Amino acid sequence: MVDKIIIENLSLQYSDGTESLRNVSMGIRQNAVTVLFGPAGGGKSTLLRCLNRLNDLTEVKASSGRILIDGENILDPKTDVIALRRKVGMVFARPVPLPMSIRENIIYGLELAGEKRKSKLDEAVERSLKLSAVWDEVKDRLNDPAVALSGGQQQRVCLARVLALQPEIILLDEPTSGLDPISTGKVEGALLELKKEFTVILVPHSVQQAARTADHAAFFLTGELIEYGDGKTLFTNPKQKKTEDYIMGRFG
Amino acid sequence: MMTKFLSRNRHTVQRLGFIAITMVVIVTIIPIIGTIVFILVKGGSAISLEFLSGFPHDGMRAGGILPAIIGTLYLTLGTAVFSVPLGIAAAIYLSEYAKDNQVTRLIRLAIINLAGIPSVVYGLFGLGLFVLFLKFGTSILAASLTLSIMTLPVIISTAEEALRAVPQSFRTVSISLGATRWQTISRIILKEALPGILTGVILGLERAAGETAPILFTGAAFFLPRLPHSVFDATMALPYHLFVISTQVPEMPIQIQYGTALVLLVFVLTMNVIATVIRSRARARRQW
Ligand SMILES: Nc1ncnc2c1ncn2[C@@H]1O[C@H](COP(=O)(O)OP(=O)(O)OP(=O)(O)O)[C@@H](O)[C@H]1O
Ligand SMILES: [Mg+2]
Repeated sequence: MVDKIIIENLSLQYSDGTESLRNVSMGIRQNAVTVLFGPAGGGKSTLLRCLNRLNDLTEVKASSGRILIDGENILDPKTDVIALRRKVGMVFARPVPLPMSIRENIIYGLELAGEKRKSKLDEAVERSLKLSAVWDEVKDRLNDPAVALSGGQQQRVCLARVLALQPEIILLDEPTSGLDPISTGKVEGALLELKKEFTVILVPHSVQQAARTADHAAFFLTGELIEYGDGKTLFTNPKQKKTEDYIMGRFG
Repeated sequence: MMTKFLSRNRHTVQRLGFIAITMVVIVTIIPIIGTIVFILVKGGSAISLEFLSGFPHDGMRAGGILPAIIGTLYLTLGTAVFSVPLGIAAAIYLSEYAKDNQVTRLIRLAIINLAGIPSVVYGLFGLGLFVLFLKFGTSILAASLTLSIMTLPVIISTAEEALRAVPQSFRTVSISLGATRWQTISRIILKEALPGILTGVILGLERAAGETAPILFTGAAFFLPRLPHSVFDATMALPYHLFVISTQVPEMPIQIQYGTALVLLVFVLTMNVIATVIRSRARARRQW
C-alpha cells in the first residue's frame, strides 16, 4: 500500500490567533477511506481545507509544515491551485447546488477545464451520477434546477459534480449531517464503491459513521492528532485514554 | 370569562393598530397620487403628436418639446455609458476583491458621503473640471460626465449590496471545483446579482434624468433651433426646459408647463416601473 498523501508537521493559525492544527503528521493511504473524527473545533475541517488549498480564501495568520501529494508539496506558493482542486475534490456538509440545472451543475467544472465536446460532457454526467448512486432518480430531469431535488439527492448530485472532474482524492466534510438515514445509507454505499478508484477522506458526522466506514481512522482533539491507525483496531481497542473516552461517549 | 375578555380585547387592539397603519399609509400616499393626478389633469390636454414631435416656437409659448425629450434621452444614455460600467466594476472590486481594511472602509465612507452632496455642487464641479479644464465646453459630454459622477455612488452601493447578497457558499463551491475568482464572478455571482444591479442602475439613471442643477452649467441650452449633432453640442433637456418655461418666459401658457412636467414624470415613472418589474420577477425566479 502506498501513501497518496503525506502530511508533515502541519500547523495552522487563523487570523484571530486560534491554533487550529498543531504539528500534525500523518500518511493517507490510496484506495481507502480515511476518517478524521473528534469533537467540534478539533481542526478536521481545517485540515481538509488545507488539502485543496481552500484555506487560501480565509485569512490565515501563520502556517507551517508540508503536505506532499504524489511527492509534491502542495503548500508551495508555486503550486497550480486550479489543477490541485481538480485533482482533490470536496463535498461540503450542506449540499450547495449552484443556481443552475442538474446537468449544468455536473459539467460546471469540466467546462471550466476546457471540455466543450457534448459527447464527453454527456458521458461524464451519466458516469458520475451513476457512481454517486443518484442516476435513476434524476435521469429524466437533468435540465431541472438542481435546487428542486431533495436534500439527499442534492448531496449525491454534489458528489457527482466532484466526480465528474475525475479527481484522485475526494474530501467529504460531514456530507450526511443533514440527511435522513436512508439517504445517509446511499451516500455511505457510494463511498464504499468510490474507494476502489479514489483516495477518500471523510469527516463523519458521528462516531457510529466513523466506525462503519473507516479503513483508517484519525482522532483529532483541539488541533492535535491524538491517535491514528487501522479503523477496526482503533474503534475496538484504542490505545489512548482520550480516544477511548470519546468513543465511549464520555465527552464531546 | 377572563381569558375570553382578554382575547377579545387583544383583538380590538390589533384592529386599531391595523387601522392606524392603514391611515399612515394613506396619508403618505395621498400627496404622491395627488401630484400625479394633478399633473395628469392639468397637463393631459397639452399632449398631442405635435407637442411630442415638434420644436418650440413663438418664444417657446407654442409648439412642441421634441428637442428637450431627445436631449434628456441623450443625457441619460450618456450618463449610462460612463456610470454603468464604472459603477459595476467598482462594486465588483469592493465586494469581491478588496480586503476589509482601513482603506476600503474609507472608500465606502466617501461613497456614502458623495451620495449626500447637493446636486448643484456637482454642477459646479463639472463646470470646473469638464467644461473649463478639460475644455469640453457646455456639451452633452460634459453634462453626461457630471451626471455620471452624481449617479456613481448610487450605482456602486446598490450593486455592491446585490453582489454581497449572493450566498458565500456559491463562491466556495465554485472555487473548489477549479474555478478562478473571475470565472466565479462572471459565471455565477454577476448573473445572480444582475436584477439587483439593474434596479440600482435604473434608479440612479432615473435621478440623473430628472436633475436640473448638474446640467445647468455643463450642457443645458435655453433654446436650440435644431437637435444636437455631436457630443460636443449643448442640448435642451426636460427638467431644465421646465425650469425655463416656468420662470424665465413671461405669459407662458400654463398647459405647456404642465404638459412638459407630465412628459418628464412619465419618463421617470416608466424607468421606476421597469426597475420594479425586474426586481419582482427575479425574486420569483431566484434559486436561493
Ligand atoms: N475561518 C476561520 N477563522 C478563524 N478561526 C477559525 C476559522 N475556521 C475555523 N476556525 C477555528 O479553528 C478551530 C478548528 O476549526 P475546524 O472547523 O477545523 O474544526 P472541526 O474539527 O471541523 O469542527 P466541527 O466538528 O465543529 O466541524 C476552531 O477553534 C475554530 O474556531
Ligand atoms: Mg468541521
